[in-house]
Amino acid sequence: MNVHDTVLSAAMDDGIAPGEELLHVDNISLSFGGVKAITDVSFDILKGEIRAIIGPNGAGKTSMLNVINGFYHPQEGTITYRGEERRRMRPYQAASSGISRTFQNVALFKGMSTLDNIMAGRTLKMHKNFFWQMWRHGPALAEEIEHRKVVEEIIDFLEIEAIRKAPVGTLPYGLQKRVELGRALAAEPSLLLLDEPMAGMNLEEKEDMSRFIIDVNQQYGTTIALIEHDMGVVMDLADRVMVLDYGKKIGDGLPEEVQKNQDVIDAYLGVSH
Amino acid sequence: MFYREAGQFKTSYAADSAKFPIRQDLVAIWIYLAIGFLVIPVFGDKYFIEVIMIPFLVLALAAIGLNILVGYTGQISLGTGGFMGVGAYSCYKMATYFPDMNIIVLILLSGFFAAIVGVIFGLPSLRIKGFYLVVTTLAAQFFLEWAFIRIPWLYNYNDTGAINEITRESFGYIITGAQSDYTVKYLVVLSIVVGMTWIASNLISGRIGRSWMMIRDMDIAAELMGVRPLYAKLSAFAVSSFYCGVAGSMMVFFWQGSAEVEIFDYNRSFQILFMVILGGLGSLLGSFLGAAIIFILPIIIRAAPDYGIPIQAATADHISLIIIGVLIVVFLILEPLGLARLWGIIKQKLRVWPFPY
Repeated sequence: MNVHDTVLSAAMDDGIAPGEELLHVDNISLSFGGVKAITDVSFDILKGEIRAIIGPNGAGKTSMLNVINGFYHPQEGTITYRGEERRRMRPYQAASSGISRTFQNVALFKGMSTLDNIMAGRTLKMHKNFFWQMWRHGPALAEEIEHRKVVEEIIDFLEIEAIRKAPVGTLPYGLQKRVELGRALAAEPSLLLLDEPMAGMNLEEKEDMSRFIIDVNQQYGTTIALIEHDMGVVMDLADRVMVLDYGKKIGDGLPEEVQKNQDVIDAYLGVSH
Repeated sequence: MFYREAGQFKTSYAADSAKFPIRQDLVAIWIYLAIGFLVIPVFGDKYFIEVIMIPFLVLALAAIGLNILVGYTGQISLGTGGFMGVGAYSCYKMATYFPDMNIIVLILLSGFFAAIVGVIFGLPSLRIKGFYLVVTTLAAQFFLEWAFIRIPWLYNYNDTGAINEITRESFGYIITGAQSDYTVKYLVVLSIVVGMTWIASNLISGRIGRSWMMIRDMDIAAELMGVRPLYAKLSAFAVSSFYCGVAGSMMVFFWQGSAEVEIFDYNRSFQILFMVILGGLGSLLGSFLGAAIIFILPIIIRAAPDYGIPIQAATADHISLIIIGVLIVVFLILEPLGLARLWGIIKQKLRVWPFPY
């Protein structure tokens, strides 16, 4: 661990002790017209844990993340984040309160370099106004360099030094996923939502990504909510697992408990109703 | 061979994020500036400066303005001509109300009026995208044209309906009006264009420019990174219209002399848009290249009889229209990022020459 790592982890400290409740979701229901995406789901995420959300396709996992970071507004239910209850919020408000995420389909800024993409994650931390930006030399440049240092730290951490200046559109898929993780980390989130970070990766890339997720969790103490289909990864990484099926919660608990849960086994293997 | 970065090491992040990280580029820029500020005023004749250089610079500034909106923020606009008109008419009105104020100050101030109008007509961009936004900005264009004709207050109720440049002095030189010296006009235009290009490049490389590009590339992710679409889009409209407005007032006061509404019609909007597409979306250099090719190419073709090629003036105009039309189609298919991208590829090849990569 080098000196800079402590800078980032100190910045990510939000005053909630590890093991306390960071996020609490209460009886959330979300529907789009006649389609019920999520029905009456409650769960919590504790500070410092890796919380996996699993379930078959269309179970409402991504919808749940979208509810948490303000893209979807649930018809019923409340979300309590850091002790504050909230009903409606815009995505940038979620971002400014320390929720950051990656996407199932890579959503990088294709026209920008790796460096700019990760710098983009620092948008909320930069405050120099329009007139300083016009001038650039002076305070705006100083601020830029200050944030560049943090970004370089993340680039070192994710081992993507060589592609720093490359346009992200030209990078292979595995690296794009890694840059996206870097962009989310650059916001110094207290809650990091990862939507299938390992989809479409080979074994080696999955191992790398798993290592990064564990390192983020342990070095920076970042709380992580993880959606993943690879059960081996989920069972190894997650502290607790929630299982959704057809928008309903069918299981919640430690990985080994969930594995033995008959409803979960039925949902994954399929039973005749 | 000479374009090589070997031996140039960056030892600070400031050096690494410099706009021209390769020393040869920096030298080249200073040479271009020296040519622009010293060589052309001394050796350029009246025709070259008044008919080619001043219009080229003015149009390039408008192209930079539109490029900020289309190329960097991804909001397509066809209201450029209208926004340029707002700049021109507001500058004219201010010049009549405040005869003692320096005309350069008024020209820069006129940009603010254009920015306000731009923000108002940029509001629909918060809800709609793509072709639909094109239609609303086109509506802005037609509304503004209508206003320039139907509101006689804007042209001081004169009979021709045109606005005329007003002779103004500043720092002891007559810089606008019929008696003004073309070299002085050229230097003023060049200074404004160079300064505003520099400011644009600063904005683009900083947080604000990055938030524009985030909106362009992936607006959902941008919102999640904390960019507020309201601020990002409207600031792009404001800055873009400011540039167009300044270009519009310079067009009247330094180039055309007098202007009727026709020079700010939708043809102007298309002309600037083609400059941006041909030159390169999302590139300041591209704005200059695009302005050069769209504005200067017809002049060269029209001058063909002087070189012994017997074509008539009308034919020459048609030929240049055909060439530009073909170029736009070819570029859209083969190199959507325009001349600036081609130039980038050439530079990349030069850097590694004689090796392929």
